[in-house]
Amino acid sequence: MKTEPGSVEALANREYKYGFVTDIESDAVPPGLSEDVIRIISEKKGEPEFMLAWRLKAYRHWLTMKEPTWANVHYPPIDYQDMVYYSAPKAQSGPKSLDDVDPQLLATYEKLGIPLQERAILAGVAVDAVFDSVSVATTFRDKLKSLGIIFGSFSEAVLEHPELVQKYLGSVVPVTDNFFASLNSAVFSDGSFCYVPKGVRCPMELSTYFRINAAKTGQFERTLIIADEGSYVSYLEGCTAPMRDENQLHAAVVELVALEGATIKYSTVQNWYPGDKEGRGGIYNFVTKRGKCLGARSKISWTQVETGSSITWKYPSCILQGDESVGEFYSVALTNNRQQADTGTKMIHIGKNTRSTIVSKGISAGHGQNTYRGAVKILKGAKGARNYSQCDSMLLGDTCGAHTFPYIDVANATATVEHEASTSKIGEDQIFYFQQRGISKEDAVSMIVNGFCKEVFRELPMEFAVEAQKLLGVSLEGSVG
Amino acid sequence: MLKIENLHASVGGAAILKGVDLDVRAGEVHAIMGPNGSGKSTLAQVLAGRETYEVTAGRVTFDGQDLLGLPPEDRARAGMFLAFQYPVEIPGVSNVYFLKAALNAIRRQRGLDELDAIDFLAHVREKLKLVAMDESFLSRSVNEGFSGGEKKRNEIFQMAVLDPKLAILDETDSGLDIDALKIVAGGVNAMRGPDRAIVVVTHYQRLLDYIIPDRVHVLADGRIVRSGDKSLAQELELRGYGWIEQEVRG
Repeated sequence: MKTEPGSVEALANREYKYGFVTDIESDAVPPGLSEDVIRIISEKKGEPEFMLAWRLKAYRHWLTMKEPTWANVHYPPIDYQDMVYYSAPKAQSGPKSLDDVDPQLLATYEKLGIPLQERAILAGVAVDAVFDSVSVATTFRDKLKSLGIIFGSFSEAVLEHPELVQKYLGSVVPVTDNFFASLNSAVFSDGSFCYVPKGVRCPMELSTYFRINAAKTGQFERTLIIADEGSYVSYLEGCTAPMRDENQLHAAVVELVALEGATIKYSTVQNWYPGDKEGRGGIYNFVTKRGKCLGARSKISWTQVETGSSITWKYPSCILQGDESVGEFYSVALTNNRQQADTGTKMIHIGKNTRSTIVSKGISAGHGQNTYRGAVKILKGAKGARNYSQCDSMLLGDTCGAHTFPYIDVANATATVEHEASTSKIGEDQIFYFQQRGISKEDAVSMIVNGFCKEVFRELPMEFAVEAQKLLGVSLEGSVG
Repeated sequence: MLKIENLHASVGGAAILKGVDLDVRAGEVHAIMGPNGSGKSTLAQVLAGRETYEVTAGRVTFDGQDLLGLPPEDRARAGMFLAFQYPVEIPGVSNVYFLKAALNAIRRQRGLDELDAIDFLAHVREKLKLVAMDESFLSRSVNEGFSGGEKKRNEIFQMAVLDPKLAILDETDSGLDIDALKIVAGGVNAMRGPDRAIVVVTHYQRLLDYIIPDRVHVLADGRIVRSGDKSLAQELELRGYGWIEQEVRG
């Protein structure tokens, strides 16, 4: 009594929904990287001198560095001279409103299910949409402006608020930090910038949709968020990318700075093209994300749902410098087919009575390889520091893998560090139980996996939680045969 | 309603069912009894569509429809319910979420509108009373951390919510104390009706004191070797299964 397992497998072969390339004239620099290219980028953006100096410093350091090999991921060597480092949709003089935006570009967002205006208005979300490298549309700026909140593209911030950029850029992730961060520092073309002034609670979720488009263009975004004393901001980042054959490097850097009593909540749903069933194509997502709790009682909370990319290399971390500051990391990482993920966090406890929480849920299916890598570091002065870590892995099928590398380093005897870990499988008996109640195999898997991830999803803002659940279901289709 | 003809099934190449014939009509309650290893649970699982078992011969129709060609979820949607002997734990999935998904899948099949949260809760609350369970039970994960008795009551509760045409109860009495047994039997009896058939699979006669069957069948070595009315169950209670097995072999 074989009940046609093929029907489920058919769904697995479903093509990536968001695969298409929009034909827009691009203003691109020829492939390859050199000091000249960096000068061109800086000049095209009309940057002040300090930015060029900063980029060149990063580039010169990058030349001395080697690509890291310690992560539990495997890929062919990347030719950094074969990449295009700058590409901007040709904008005549910069769109003043949505009416001025290239209609084809707007059509692309439609296809992606992101009707910019409606979505922004209905959901109360201010959207700073990054299309390739230049921001093309920003909404809700006036409302934010009235509160003194600066939110927009990084390029604009460099021109309009150079003092803030100069003060904080690289203060959390220095230009010498790591291979990919140094590369990003040298060539990043745009990204988002946000500053929330003292005591202001940002009244809406801030959101950016990143998207890679022009063929062969690595995207290097740079995001910098500064929450001044006693302020609050919640930032959402989500992305999809069009289908293509070649691997694309995506090396972003995100820096967060929380001053005394400030809270930054940073949520990500990452759905870059994961490659086909055999692992061809797909995005290399090598990202450096780090937040610094600079002031006392500040808080930084990372929540991520990682379902896309062929390779993910990402460790959103917290430097808990201020006394009684709090760091959180909630993560769902899913690998299916040939996807590889090496992700986790670092919690560096410097200040007294600092606290951190890590909840990581890894799901592996197909031939996916999922690695949790986390470090909890309690420095000498971190009296009374506390950490709680929980790392759970779920395996679907027997050709995937789950790996956990927790590093714990405690230099203060008054600290408390707890670590819990588990590995589970979805049993055939569990699936049958669902089926016997009329629920299909795919829905069963989706419900079980969503249940497994519940603790992380409840940290997401409402509209994102729904999206994340759907994404998980789609990403898992066909993983149980 | 359920017609089984010459059903053969094996697991891992070992034959377990060796020609089962059974005819269950709407409104009837049948008991299938038999010693351990006679194939009772296999029969229940095969009817529900468990892939572990391979059907090697025979035919089963449910409401005139060929059952064996359907995947398990379609059998459930057609109105077949199996109360499991060992209900599995589903961590992270709440009872209420699970049941709502199940009920709506079945309703869709029947061409009915899906119930919204409010109507669903009203429906479910009423059924909770049937098995004497309180509402906190709904928010708990399916079977997780449930006692043996709670798991069995949960099965009956699910049956009441899903309103099947045919319910197969696999050793629902095992591991129950007398109070829980009465609650479970009360729940089952409340479900009896002219449009529904119930098949009770049990090792002991005990449950049949509370759920009075119309027909009793003895399964031994993969075949139904004897059928009768409820007095057959009482005879088995007095004499055990040995004599039947001997008769069959002799």
